[in-house]
Amino acid sequence: MEILVCVKRVPDAAENEIVVGAGGADIKREDLVYSVNEWDNYAVEEAVQIVEREGGNVTIVSMGDSEAEEVVRREMAMGAAQGLLLTDAAFDGSDGLGIATILAAAARKGEYDLILTGALADDGAGQVGGMLAALLDWPYASVVNKIETKDGKSLRIGREIEGGTQEISDIETPCVLSIQTGINEPRYVGIRGIRKVASIEIPILDAGALGLDAAAVGAAGANVRRIDYFVPQLGASAEMLEGSIEELAGKLVDLLKAKGGIR
Amino acid sequence: MDAKVFVYVAHKDGKADDSALELVTAAQSMFPGSNPVALVAGSGIDAVCQETAATYGEVWKFDQAALAYPNAELLRPLLVKVLPAGAMLLLPHNTFGLDLGPGLSVQRGVTYVPDVVGIDGLEGTTLKVVRQEFAGQVSAHVHCAVAKGAVITVRSGAFRPAPAGAVAGQVLDRSADTAGLSARRKFVELIQAEAGDIDITREDVLVSVGRGIGEKENIALVEDLAEAMGAAVSCSRPIVDAKWLDRPRQVGTSGKTVKPKVYLALGISGSFQHLGGIKGNPFLLAINKNPKAPIFQAATVGVVADLMELLPVLTEKIKKSR
Repeated sequence: MEILVCVKRVPDAAENEIVVGAGGADIKREDLVYSVNEWDNYAVEEAVQIVEREGGNVTIVSMGDSEAEEVVRREMAMGAAQGLLLTDAAFDGSDGLGIATILAAAARKGEYDLILTGALADDGAGQVGGMLAALLDWPYASVVNKIETKDGKSLRIGREIEGGTQEISDIETPCVLSIQTGINEPRYVGIRGIRKVASIEIPILDAGALGLDAAAVGAAGANVRRIDYFVPQLGASAEMLEGSIEELAGKLVDLLKAKGGIR
Repeated sequence: MDAKVFVYVAHKDGKADDSALELVTAAQSMFPGSNPVALVAGSGIDAVCQETAATYGEVWKFDQAALAYPNAELLRPLLVKVLPAGAMLLLPHNTFGLDLGPGLSVQRGVTYVPDVVGIDGLEGTTLKVVRQEFAGQVSAHVHCAVAKGAVITVRSGAFRPAPAGAVAGQVLDRSADTAGLSARRKFVELIQAEAGDIDITREDVLVSVGRGIGEKENIALVEDLAEAMGAAVSCSRPIVDAKWLDRPRQVGTSGKTVKPKVYLALGISGSFQHLGGIKGNPFLLAINKNPKAPIFQAATVGVVADLMELLPVLTEKIKKSR
């Protein structure tokens, strides 16, 4: 099976304290730790496992600059033979549809049976996979937590819906699936693994190479624009306890006792 | 703008989803003066339509055996067909909205506005909304061009439910529009979540652990604390994804909904998906090393501290206090 996996380089929200920069135009990015979007990492692992089982190739694609190339290479080290980087100043400021349009153009340059994305990324929208499927006129499923290959024409998939219930469906290929975390256990990538793929050339495609009208993507083509970031002022937030570890523990014991937390 | 506004009413077991009432409020905040039309699709849905007509002035019924299960791949072409040009469609931002919405916006050629948590108003054809990014750590003002229409998903709990029974709406049977639907994705079955060795939904005191615990070995510190307190251990999603604890212990929209009296959140950032699984307004005590963690907006009492340092001391003190 030929599988394309779309990945994004993001600030790791679990590792970083995200702070709004002056004027709110952006978050403070200088000291942030970046990595691959967590959901995308599960998508890459799933693609690699399918190919290990059934044969075929995995291609990693990302829209971004030379820093995104590091992420593409790290993900390739998990077991993907090829990478693609989609880079053009005209892509800056793309909204979800712009990104999906750029990825769809890249997908059309190959012959893929399956495209995987992460179910969500740092902006929490969860939109690119579904848009990509619609642009390609392929069937789609979101929050996928199981993929079984069936007969070469379809896949049996599970979607993780509310309450931990799993919704099982059969979906025809080619299709786009957005992957939920927990579907597998992504393999560890060491320095040695990255070295192995260090010499593989990652083609860089711009708007022209993708046959895209620069006015249709990027800020020019965006119907959704983020104006600024801010930290909401919330009326009721937690009463914060202060003190040394010893003092804090003492206060917590008193509070837990008072509230029936110690039985 | 004089917007034509529609709401997709999700339902299950003959009852409309809670989102049906919240989306009326959301629709009227976004498009003041609008009278949103409810869309109800399924099989044998008269009761849901009647229920919905108590809140919406107009309900479109799409009754068809093939729609017995809400398969987004089947519903999308139906909605493309029946929604008029320029229509605004509101959906819940849940696993159904994620499935249906993005592709629907593309097929309709309209703007997609995902996961709205607040409204700043409509100016001409620009819809100004508030969203959250980076797992809720920061918010963003977002402007959306909706002249051609929009598909908008709205976060659960972000808008107050409209009063039910305020309207005597009419139900229009549009079932004829469902003829000839087909999809390349076919629903097979639902597999219910496994039951665990412990039912966290019945526990009064939960010691809940999140990603901030750092490593699998450190879960033992949490278990020690829970034992000293006489409480049960639960967790957030990343802990289950990492297979450090079993899925039945997961609190959140994709896990269990719990109603404890005391909830101790250890190293849990407080995503809306996690908070969505905590009901009954418990005494929520949060300990996190990140002072900006969203959990502190939901907590009753908060402590900024390193769990590795605090937990052993706390456990000892509780043991001694007995």
